Amino acid sequence: MDAHSAHRAPPDDAASAASTAPAVRLLDVRKTYGDVVAVERLSVEVLAGEFFTMLGPSGSGKTTTLRVIAGFELPDSGRIELHGADVTRTAPYERSVNTVFQDYALFPHMSVRENVAYGLRVQGVPKAQRKRRADEALEMVRLPGVGDRKPIALSGGQRQRVALARALVNRPRVLLLDEPLGALDLKLREEMQLELKAIQRELSENITFIYVTHDQDEALTMSDRIAVFSDGRIEQVGTPGEVYERPANAFVAGFVGTSNIVHRGGREVMIRPEKIRVLAADEHDAGAVEGTVREVAYLGSVTRYTVALDGGDTLVVIRQNLDTSAEQAAQERGRRLRLAWREEDAAHLEEKPTDGGVADGA
Amino acid sequence: MASNALAAGSARTRASAALFRRPWLRATLLLSAPGAWFVLIYLAALVLLFVSALWSVESFTGKLEHTWTLENFETLVKVPAYRTVALRTIGIAAAVTVTDALLAVPFAFYAARVAPRRVSSFLFVAVLIPLWSSYLVRVFAWRLILAHDGILNWTLEEVGFGSVNIGYSNWAMWIVFSYIWLPFMILPVWAAIERVPSSYLEASADLGARGWRTFRSVLFPLIVPGIAAGAIFTFSLTLGDFITPTLVGGAGSQLIGNVVYQNVGVANNIPFAAAFAVVPVIVMGLFLLLARRLGAFEAL
Repeated sequence: MDAHSAHRAPPDDAASAASTAPAVRLLDVRKTYGDVVAVERLSVEVLAGEFFTMLGPSGSGKTTTLRVIAGFELPDSGRIELHGADVTRTAPYERSVNTVFQDYALFPHMSVRENVAYGLRVQGVPKAQRKRRADEALEMVRLPGVGDRKPIALSGGQRQRVALARALVNRPRVLLLDEPLGALDLKLREEMQLELKAIQRELSENITFIYVTHDQDEALTMSDRIAVFSDGRIEQVGTPGEVYERPANAFVAGFVGTSNIVHRGGREVMIRPEKIRVLAADEHDAGAVEGTVREVAYLGSVTRYTVALDGGDTLVVIRQNLDTSAEQAAQERGRRLRLAWREEDAAHLEEKPTDGGVADGA
Repeated sequence: MASNALAAGSARTRASAALFRRPWLRATLLLSAPGAWFVLIYLAALVLLFVSALWSVESFTGKLEHTWTLENFETLVKVPAYRTVALRTIGIAAAVTVTDALLAVPFAFYAARVAPRRVSSFLFVAVLIPLWSSYLVRVFAWRLILAHDGILNWTLEEVGFGSVNIGYSNWAMWIVFSYIWLPFMILPVWAAIERVPSSYLEASADLGARGWRTFRSVLFPLIVPGIAAGAIFTFSLTLGDFITPTLVGGAGSQLIGNVVYQNVGVANNIPFAAAFAVVPVIVMGLFLLLARRLGAFEAL
């Protein structure tokens, strides 16, 4: 991860100090609402140009962290830096950060173009230039020709794009996205995930994306790195592969994907359902475990078996329906199975969650 | 199946089923009482007003003459004093409306968006409490405050500014009307401000706008319907009032209401009173048209 950040700025670059600094750095940030601790001594670094996702259940502090970065909330203590500059006490309108809101927050009394051009109007950009840049931004989000309409006349997905264009038109160095796809239906959401990722790749020279979601699939699909939040702390920061395959603790294992925990020699071992193999009758494996199929769920492309092991643990196993039909799958209930997996696919979890306040991000 | 169940049911079940199948019957039952009230008391009175404005009074005997004439309206237009009274009434109503809007917007913004919940509910009660006390008592209190030897002048003297002579004047009326009708402006504006999602204001700040810019470009356009709704109250209530001018107004502070009152009571010229009363009805009609264009009825 260090190598990742180091290659970005050549040492002889005049602005090297600024460009080697992380896009966003949070240091010991704490935020409470009355007695409720929303964020507890949180430290993390987001690298310039990356797609960084803050993933966690509701109430885990991810949205509060985003709002602290945007400047909508002042932290009780701690420090916030944008590209090396301290902005802890700076107002939102003085930060080179733009936000795509969960409810889009499009101004209902303005046309789509006026909405997109609002930031430019505030900056005093001349009218003709404003119009051109707003139309360009609408084109970039693949929504040309709707500039004269009111937001109310657009569909949810279109409004989402307008909100994105309104933020991007200001060319912010950091773009914050607060569950922007949460209100869309599944099909549209998956389409938008790919489009967002494509737009980010196009702009990654200049813009860092910080994305908040509670949807693990979304996080895995789009992110360069993921921070997993729980109870106002970061449990783990890593690439999608790291977080999924080598979760730091049981919480991360359970939140990112379905986790199976098996007790072996006094230790907890986590193994993903799709990594488990069902052994044929004549197959031998030293680490194999035996159990009885309790539930079978036929999911179309895969079948999910819930297997009660003889040792007392329960494993979920997912098999591709390569040559299994729905009828065959249903008959597997009650069958005895022997299961095995490759040792390198099993993750050994720490007994207790790490001190989540200190996340070794970069 | 369903008919069996109905046959077994009581008369009440059958009646409610009959109502369920005939929406028009339900509507008729619900609306007959308020409809009758509206037609008989409200519309009939209004029609009577228009009709009697076209009658006249025998000046010697004071007897009502049921012959059609536009004489009352001619008098209204021709006699400068009446024109002055009408314009003064409209002017004061407009001034009171603007004043209340200027006071209500910052107050309601603070109460709805800035104040902690407890302060906010305290302010809500504080706005409503004056409405529990008698209108007369409140106007009388102002009469005492604004009188030449009242507490206002006494305080100004003590502080060293010297006294002001605003008791029994149009200024006094403006102050008292603004005070009396302020709650009717605050409440709809408060509701309008509360309805604006905070993400709109955050989005504006996020896009680089400072407070004043956000107010001008985002918040204000969205609360215009609430202000227009409040203006309907402050404007119409001032337009029809005759008690405040009587108590705190001076020699040159007659409003339309006072002239109507005098013509009904002292002069016994009901047709002329009716004709003058048509003026605020027309002004209010125009005002409501404007308010509707501003979206006031969606905000009520």
